[in-house]
Amino acid sequence: MKAWRLEEKDLDIIVCVKHVPETAEAEIKIDASGRAIEKTGLVFDINEWDDYALEEAVRIKEKHGGTVTAITVGSDDANSTLRKCLARGADKAVRLTDVKFEGSDGYAIAKILHSAIKGLPCDLILTGALAGDDGYTMAGPILAEMLEIPHATMIKKIEFGDGVAKVNRELEGGLEEIVEVKLPAVLTVQTGINEPRYVSILGIRKAMKKEIKILGLADLDLSENDVGEAGSWIKIEKMFVPPVEKQAEFIKGTPEEIATKIGEIIKSRGLI
Amino acid sequence: MTEIFVLAEHRQGQIRDITFEMLTKGRELAEKTNSDLTAVLLGKEVKEQAETLSEYAKKVLLVEDAKLENFNSEAYHKVLSSLINEHKPLLTMIGHTSFGVDLAPSLAAALKLPLATDCIELEFEGETLVITRQMYGGKVNVKATVHKAENYIVTVRQAAFPAQKPALNGEITETPSPLSEEITGKRFIKYVLPPPGGVDITAADVLVGIGRGIKDESNMPMVEELANAFGGVLACSRPIVDKGWLPTDRQVGTSGKTVKPKLYIALGISGAFQHVLGMKNSDLIIAVNKDSNAPIFSFADYGVVEDLFKIVSPLKSKIYELKGRKT
Ligand SMILES: Cc1cc2nc3c(=O)[nH]c(=O)nc-3n(C[C@H](O)[C@H](O)[C@H](O)COP(=O)(O)OP(=O)(O)OC[C@H]3O[C@@H](n4cnc5c(N)ncnc54)[C@H](O)[C@@H]3O)c2cc1C
Ligand SMILES: Nc1ncnc2c1ncn2[C@@H]1O[C@H](COP(=O)(O)O)[C@@H](O)[C@H]1O
Repeated sequence: MKAWRLEEKDLDIIVCVKHVPETAEAEIKIDASGRAIEKTGLVFDINEWDDYALEEAVRIKEKHGGTVTAITVGSDDANSTLRKCLARGADKAVRLTDVKFEGSDGYAIAKILHSAIKGLPCDLILTGALAGDDGYTMAGPILAEMLEIPHATMIKKIEFGDGVAKVNRELEGGLEEIVEVKLPAVLTVQTGINEPRYVSILGIRKAMKKEIKILGLADLDLSENDVGEAGSWIKIEKMFVPPVEKQAEFIKGTPEEIATKIGEIIKSRGLI
Repeated sequence: MTEIFVLAEHRQGQIRDITFEMLTKGRELAEKTNSDLTAVLLGKEVKEQAETLSEYAKKVLLVEDAKLENFNSEAYHKVLSSLINEHKPLLTMIGHTSFGVDLAPSLAAALKLPLATDCIELEFEGETLVITRQMYGGKVNVKATVHKAENYIVTVRQAAFPAQKPALNGEITETPSPLSEEITGKRFIKYVLPPPGGVDITAADVLVGIGRGIKDESNMPMVEELANAFGGVLACSRPIVDKGWLPTDRQVGTSGKTVKPKLYIALGISGAFQHVLGMKNSDLIIAVNKDSNAPIFSFADYGVVEDLFKIVSPLKSKIYELKGRKT
């Protein structure tokens, strides 16, 4: 790819989004297979990190011009996440779906995404830093490797120069590093990079009219063995509740009784 | 003899803790698989660090190059590929850190070696690598097998394994840098620290830590008052900073601050390990969460399974009462 000058160029951006269950507040049950959680009754939404990635893409488009395409690997249910992206300002939406994709880890997902993305014109690909459900933290950089383009992960800020993105990567303990990455590139977005905008019901309703392009395994140049469990690095054998190393002593009673008990504990420790 | 590689992570002259944690686990795995443990150190002028590592591993493989001065995943990728191709280590261990996640996935994809990320347990069952990792924000663990291969790569969660010092006297082997060309895709520019804020949460005796459970910014004054009642300070989990309700320097956890107050009250915090790593050594931890299965309860001394909004006000009154003051 030739170097280009920012002022001459619109940016075509692809954002990879995953439709995931909200589990922080839900009661989680392991299903009969013992290898997955019970999904019924859970509320699904766009992966938290992808929400920030999508917002960032739309902001870049609004500033520099260009297009935003949201792409997901998922079943019918994932349409609602794509609609949300369209309502927020994505121009196009693509859903890659096939029963054979089930059981894919981050590596297999990256292969599926790669197969669909490689033919598309693009200057920038944004993914979340990780998916909140499986947390593999790998799909973005693997996608970059397959596309033979650079990547940078855990991004908290993006600026552009001629043919490059200047980004802040989050390190541990509050430290960040600034790195320059040649475009096109894959950047994986960390939460807090922006404040995702609110989408109105009306906006979502309008987005209902937009087309979602659907592609299956037959449309991609991948074989059955490249995807699903067969094409993955990781095979989940058993899911279980984390062993408790130390269990808190539970304080019970009415709120007033609880407050009294906490007061006593704190006082006995000389903290008051 | 096969080898187990541990990639040493260092920043601004300091070897990071994850390195010693991996070396400790790596030593155990090396014994069990009859392999040699090799610490791999890439950098510029890092002989001193190599000496340190030689106390932890039988072999230290050192590559020095000006292009390796600061971590750059592209440069590291090239050097490690060459070392892995030459040595064919059974296992390469990399920290599941900001550096590690920038490096390991693309390295594994390029070398076509299977990668398991964010591992909290690792063992070989025969030839098969079996790992444990968490899903759904730490609410469940999974035991998984890694696709069979001759060589594996893993990233290891911070603080998953304790670090021990065996006081070895390892051999340091320097290898010429395979980096012939310039690194073109990615360039390190500089480190930046967020501007210091007005409050130092690491100095407070009492921290009231708030999480996403507080729901709305309009609830901030209420918890601030509770913190005041204690003569303490408000701290928080990451989503609160992400939403902009509190400044960055109030965040507790791996990407925020590590705190050790006399009392940490966690309100509406689930207990994701990134948060817990920053506060689990507090003298006394009391957690309030409406979900009895929230992971925070396995780190807290006392737990309250209740709506935090029902607790905050009576608790505040109680504290003032004990202090002999009305609100
Ligand atoms: C690289 C990286 C670095 C990170 N660094 C950090 C870090 O430094 N610090 C950090 O905190 N996180 C960090 N995180 C994020 C971390 O993984 C979690 O997402 C985060 O800690 C969750 O915050 P939370 O517990 O407030 O929210 P949630 O996980 O959403 O939990 C909210 C909790 O509130 C409870 N709740 C809801 N309503 C009520 C109510 N009315 N009363 C009582 N309880 C209620 C729920 O049951 C739930 O347990 C990092 C993540 C990554 C990937
Ligand atoms: N099924 C999916 N569809 C589209 N993008 C995905 C999917 N799974 C993962 N991704 C992208 O890859 C990122 C990292 O995911 P993971 O490697 O699974 O932690 C996510 O934040 C998404 O941007």
